[in-house]
Amino acid sequence: MSDIQIIWPIAFHLVAAVVLIGFWRRVDVQRYVSVVANIIAVGIAVWLFGKVWSNGVLVMQSGSWGAPFGITFVADTFSATMVLLTAISALAVSIFSAVSISKERMRYGYFSILHFLVMGLNGAFLTGDIFNMYVWFELIIISSFVLMTLGGERPQIEGAINYVTMNLLASVIFLTAIAILYGMVGTLNMADLSMKLAEEQNRGLVNATAILFFVGFGIKSAVFPLYFWLPSSYHTPPSAIAAIFGGLLTKVGVYALLRVFSLMFIPDEFMTNMLMAIAALTMFTGGVGALVQSNIRKMFSYLIICHIGFMIAGLGMYTELALLGAVFYLIHDIIIKTNLFLVSGVILKIKGTVDMKRLGGLYDEYPKISLLIAVILFSLVGIPPLSGFWPKLFLIQAGFDTRAFVLVAFVVVASFLTLFVIARMWSEVFWKKGSGTQEMDRPFTYFNELKPIKQAVFLAPLVLLAAVSLYIGFGAERIMQVALVIAHDLKDTSYYLQAVLGATHSNTPMP
Amino acid sequence: MEFIVAILTGVLYATGIYMILRRSLVKLILGLILLGNGANLLIFLVGRLSAGKPPIIPEDSSVFTDVYADPIPQALILTAIVISFGLQAFAIVTIKRVYKVVGTDDLDIIDRSDEV
Repeated sequence: MSDIQIIWPIAFHLVAAVVLIGFWRRVDVQRYVSVVANIIAVGIAVWLFGKVWSNGVLVMQSGSWGAPFGITFVADTFSATMVLLTAISALAVSIFSAVSISKERMRYGYFSILHFLVMGLNGAFLTGDIFNMYVWFELIIISSFVLMTLGGERPQIEGAINYVTMNLLASVIFLTAIAILYGMVGTLNMADLSMKLAEEQNRGLVNATAILFFVGFGIKSAVFPLYFWLPSSYHTPPSAIAAIFGGLLTKVGVYALLRVFSLMFIPDEFMTNMLMAIAALTMFTGGVGALVQSNIRKMFSYLIICHIGFMIAGLGMYTELALLGAVFYLIHDIIIKTNLFLVSGVILKIKGTVDMKRLGGLYDEYPKISLLIAVILFSLVGIPPLSGFWPKLFLIQAGFDTRAFVLVAFVVVASFLTLFVIARMWSEVFWKKGSGTQEMDRPFTYFNELKPIKQAVFLAPLVLLAAVSLYIGFGAERIMQVALVIAHDLKDTSYYLQAVLGATHSNTPMP
Repeated sequence: MEFIVAILTGVLYATGIYMILRRSLVKLILGLILLGNGANLLIFLVGRLSAGKPPIIPEDSSVFTDVYADPIPQALILTAIVISFGLQAFAIVTIKRVYKVVGTDDLDIIDRSDEV
């Protein structure tokens, strides 16, 4: 069985990126091509999700080499959901980029690199091979390095040093873990690893490898002691780039953690305790870090860290309900974090600054936009019945079930810290007396100087993502069904294993 | 042979981490390069070293009868080398750019974007 369609979300972005290189000097064409390509990509992702939802796990053995020998691509519900969310975020970012990214950046291949990045993300979500996942991660980071430094302004370059160093270090640790894993069991296929690692006698080495994976992915997803690179780099690039980073790059680390720790290293008591402790500290330090910031984008960066903690908490408790909460939060978080950085981009465009001390009066000047942003912020905070509320409910319930009361306390504290931070931002930016716009030392077109059509394009991605957030909140039952299937598959991997290995167990591989 | 490669791997990791902890940007990049090489050598080592045993089944038999070199680690290393080549080239261009913009390679000075 070989479902070649799995490769489409990856191959399509490759083609789009190459076509965009063909229009290197025609930046006006690039915008349209990129937006149209992303709309088609959403279509492909919806179609793939529908197919996985109705037919079950899709498996592609590249080159028809049977499961443990070749590189396997697997689309289960989790992967398909992530591909769909990536496509939606990428569409919003691409529309936002079309009006907000400077022509100079576009002239150096901005859109092309954006598509390479999305291709890498889709690859990481769809692969069933641990070394292949490493390769996709490298593709993601090299694209993100270029996006991070494109433009070459001083803060960007300084932030990039932290970002590049930590990501390269994480890659080396990831590669080291793969090396030890291969030396131990001699396979790289994740399903096969799951079977072989369960039989491995040398538990000490297995656990040490698990820790290496945790550190490698932990740096990428910015968990407690490993997050310092994030707030010092995410506020430096343009908002559209920060949006795709904040929405997706840390989440691919969380995806990898969920995948690896459910399939290969089933957490034992030590591991779950460690994960819970790290989750609690991540939530707390991220929330407290957000408190002291006056730059909105730095504040959002700390909120990313804070909310990574929720997902790690779900992984740490490791019951089906907790995983349901973690997956639900992941679905909510990708959309909302992308939107938050787009919001910061809109505020920057209106006022010329993102420093809360100099902002104010936005509600008086733009009541409709403020209302839109309010919906987004309420979803983030989790005012019931909006999207942030449901996953926290499941997490707290799971915490009571597993008697992890301290963790529940941290979840509640982190939620209140988020609420406080957002409330403070609201009163500073929207309700405080206005101080006019900030003078820029470089040519800068303010929001009110734009043509109405451009203003609409500026706000369209926010509306799109806010609508998705509202759907997640009000259609929570459907999202819960999806998250429940994912959580069940994470907890009971036999279905995944059978889909990948089952058909090829009896056959000899055909070259 | 394994012994020497094992020691070498350890030395590469140790020097790599030591270099990353230095304050100079150039040494930081050198450290990352050494770490990457250490990881490649580790893959090579854990794939079992066997000299002069190609993974080819002799014509007169249908299965392997002797020890053979595992081709997978070599394929992995080749991939990893190509990737790290690209990343390191990018990192070197970045530090050159940083030096031009900031005018120093002291990491303690390059942290202005971090201030609250």
